[in-house]
Order: sequence, then C-alpha cells, then structure tokens
Amino acid sequence: MSVAPLVVALVQVAVAVVFAPLVIGVTRQTRARLEGRVGPGVLQPARDLRKLLAKTPLRAAGTSPLTVVAPVVLLASSLLLAALVPLVAALPLALVPGDLFVVVSVLLVGTVAIALLGLDAGSAFGGMGSSRHMTIAALVEPTVLVAVYALSIPAGSSALPLIVAARRDHPASIATPAGVLAVVALAIVVLAETGRLPIDNPATHLELTMIHEAMVLETSARDLAWVDLASWLRLSVLLGLVGNLLLPWGVAGTAAVGPVLLGALALAGKLAVLAVLLATAEVGMAKLRLFRVPELLAGSFVLAFLAVTASYLVA
Amino acid sequence: MSLAGLARLIWRTGRIAEPAPGVPGRPDHDTGAEAPVLPRALRGSVQVRHVDAGSCNGCEIELAAAFGPVYDAERYGARLVASPRHADVVLVTGAVTRNMAEPLRLTVAATPQPRVVLAVGDCARDCGAFRGAYGVVGAVGDVVPVDLAVPGCPPAPADIVAALRQVTGR
Ligand code: SF4
Repeated sequence: MSVAPLVVALVQVAVAVVFAPLVIGVTRQTRARLEGRVGPGVLQPARDLRKLLAKTPLRAAGTSPLTVVAPVVLLASSLLLAALVPLVAALPLALVPGDLFVVVSVLLVGTVAIALLGLDAGSAFGGMGSSRHMTIAALVEPTVLVAVYALSIPAGSSALPLIVAARRDHPASIATPAGVLAVVALAIVVLAETGRLPIDNPATHLELTMIHEAMVLETSARDLAWVDLASWLRLSVLLGLVGNLLLPWGVAGTAAVGPVLLGALALAGKLAVLAVLLATAEVGMAKLRLFRVPELLAGSFVLAFLAVTASYLVA
Repeated sequence: MSLAGLARLIWRTGRIAEPAPGVPGRPDHDTGAEAPVLPRALRGSVQVRHVDAGSCNGCEIELAAAFGPVYDAERYGARLVASPRHADVVLVTGAVTRNMAEPLRLTVAATPQPRVVLAVGDCARDCGAFRGAYGVVGAVGDVVPVDLAVPGCPPAPADIVAALRQVTGR
C-alpha cells in the first residue's frame, strides 16, 4: 500500500476545510448583491467561525453527553466525506474504499448525529426538525444510491474516484442520457441533503418552517462552530462532486504536486461557478411546502431510475 | 412575476444600499462620558437576537429598515439569528412589561459569553412614553445589565446600525 493516496486524501480534506466557508461566503454575497445589498464579503463565514470558537458553550440543563459528542461526530463524518469523494484527485484510497455504499453510510452517520443533537435538548422545535430531517434523509438516500449506480455502470466500478476518472478519460460518457439524468437526480438530492432552497431555507427565522436550523437552535459557541463547519463541508463536498461529475477535467490522476495543485485550482473554479449558480437560482425560488418535498424527491428518484434503465439499454 | 421579469428588475435596480459612512468612532467621545467596554472577541462578526420586551412596534419597523437593503447592517458583519444560543448581541426594544421580564432575563442568560445587551429606543432606555404605566416593570436596565443604548423614539436606522458597528468594529 502506498502512502500517496493517503497524503492526497489529507490534502483534499485541508482544501475542503479552506473552501467550505468560502463557498458559503460566495453564495451569501451573491444573494446580497442580487437583492441590492452590499453584502458582508466572502470572508464573513470564516469570521463567524473564528468568533464562535472564541465563545464559551452554553448547554441546556438536562442534556446528555450527546450534545457535546454529536457536533464532533458530525464534523468527523464531513471530514471523512471530504477524504473519500474525489475532489482534487481521483485516486482510490486503499484503506477505506470510496465506494458508493461507504459514502452514503458516512453521510448517514452525520445525518443521524445531527438528528440526535436536535432531540437531545428536548425542545419542541428540535424534535420537529429531527423528524423532518430523517423523513428527507429516507427519501434522499435511495436516490443517491440509484443515481451513483447508474453512473457506475459505464465506468464498471462503484467507487466514486474511478467513476470520475472514467468520465474524464471518456468524455463521451458525460453527455449520454443516462449520465445527464443521473447527475440531475444527484443535484436535486444534494440540495435536499444540504438544506438549500427549495427544500429548506438556510436563512429562515420562522421555527415552524425550519429543518436544519430547527435542530441546531439549542447549539451554541464551539458546538455550533463544528456543526456549521460540518454542514458547510457537506455542501462544498457534494457540490464539488457534482462539479467533478459534470466537468471531470482538471481532476488529478496522479499524486504529483503539479496535478494536485491544478486539481485544487480546478476545484476552486468549479465550486465558485456552482456557488454563484446556486445563489442565483435561490433568489428566484420560494421554499416548497413541506408536503410537496416528497413529490420533488420522488421525481428525482424517477430520474435516477430512468438513468439506470437507460444505461442498461445503451450498454 | 415571471423569472425573466424578476431578472430584469434585479438588473435595473442594481445596488440600492447607501454608501457606508466612515468607521464609527466612540459617540461618547466628545461628551466626556465613559466609552462602553465591548468584548474584542466579537470584532468582525456579530449575531443579533431581537427581543421585543413590550415595544409599540415603531422600533421594530426601524430595525427592519436597518437590516433591509438600504442600510444593510449585514455588510458590517451583523446578522439576525433565530436563537439566543447563536447570538452575541441581545437587542431589546420597548419598556419591559410584566409578562416579558422573565423571558428577557432567560434570553440573556441563554446567550453564551461574551455577550452584549443593546437597548434600542427611548422606551428601552428609560421607559419613554410608557413611564409609570401599570403594566411596565421598568427600563431594560432595571431587568438585565445593559452595555449599549440607542436613543430616539423611534431611533433612526442609521443610529441602530452605528451602535452595531461599534460592536463589530467594521
Ligand atoms: S421608543 Fe418609541 S417607537 Fe420605540 S417602542 Fe418606544 S414608543 Fe415605540
């Protein structure tokens, strides 16, 4: 076993941690500009994080150690996700396979951690957020599995790095019906998984409409910093994955310094474009009623299912 | 409105935020009053939780304007949040009524240290027009320690923004 993929995975994690606050900063800044405001600048989420880390956590009376542990577990799952998903380089890790089942389970570990965190303080809104979050997770995970499965058929492997590498080496497979359907399905579930519009409104103040925010209402200071960083990492990593599936160019194929640097630059470009697109789309969108969300997610499942069918028909 | 119409409107409107005044000095500096000591940890980023302790809602309208596109308090790093656990500043408006005295105390206690309590409006500073009313416990300072106050009935959005800028230092 060589250490090169391991080093590259660590580089990926570092790059993701640096980029995640910037991605959020770019979306908020774009939104502010489109609303006619000046906006706080793309560095504001990083400043928020620094400030949160300097504060003393306050935990509600009667909470279990879970309140302390869950944010760390969530952050660990997001960091692992950043290591497994091909962001900068498409090198499979020998230690943990970047297999689609592993990636989905890592996502689920984080989902369960934050749902338990929402329940732990015993507030009504926390429990409501957790139940909504689990409902959405149950609808999202099958779509992720089926969509990645559709992508794995032309690549002949279910490991994400190999899928991205195969798409890079054979660009013809990107524009196939199966490939397009699967990526669209994946993009919809990424929005659901990361709590963006139209499924959840990240800027809401109305507890009754919250999903992600409702679970973290009782979290403060350092705990909140970990939860925030973890959810920003999730968004950036999943956006990066969609970006790399759509435009697999620039993703490093070897562990040399040059390609990895180029990969990081390409990732920065893709993330910037996707973040601006995401924020622009969100300005023109309202949140869906909660009872309409399953319809949207069922639609994305149908797309993923069609993608699998199409890839068998073609193959 | 169609999406194209919305896009045209956004394009035509452009930036409506007013140009930022210079970085605020301490306003008490020429009156000789003691400048408030504000925590350094909150420099650059301040999350604000708003508590209406019994206001007539005049202050709320000005507050909404302060965070709206024209005054855009967000550009100085201040942001309204939904929970006191996330907040650094508890922004209180209105004279404290009997029903809101305990919730106000609890909200301030639920805000992690270091925190700043900001009293906005004459009512919050000294009960204003409602002084001596039967439902009023007192000014905000009678219930929780106040670090910073904004005078005015209602205070201008620019004054609220200036007070927040003292905390963020931007
Ligand atoms: S200060 Fe004036 S505007 Fe504000 S709550 Fe009191 S009476 Fe209303």
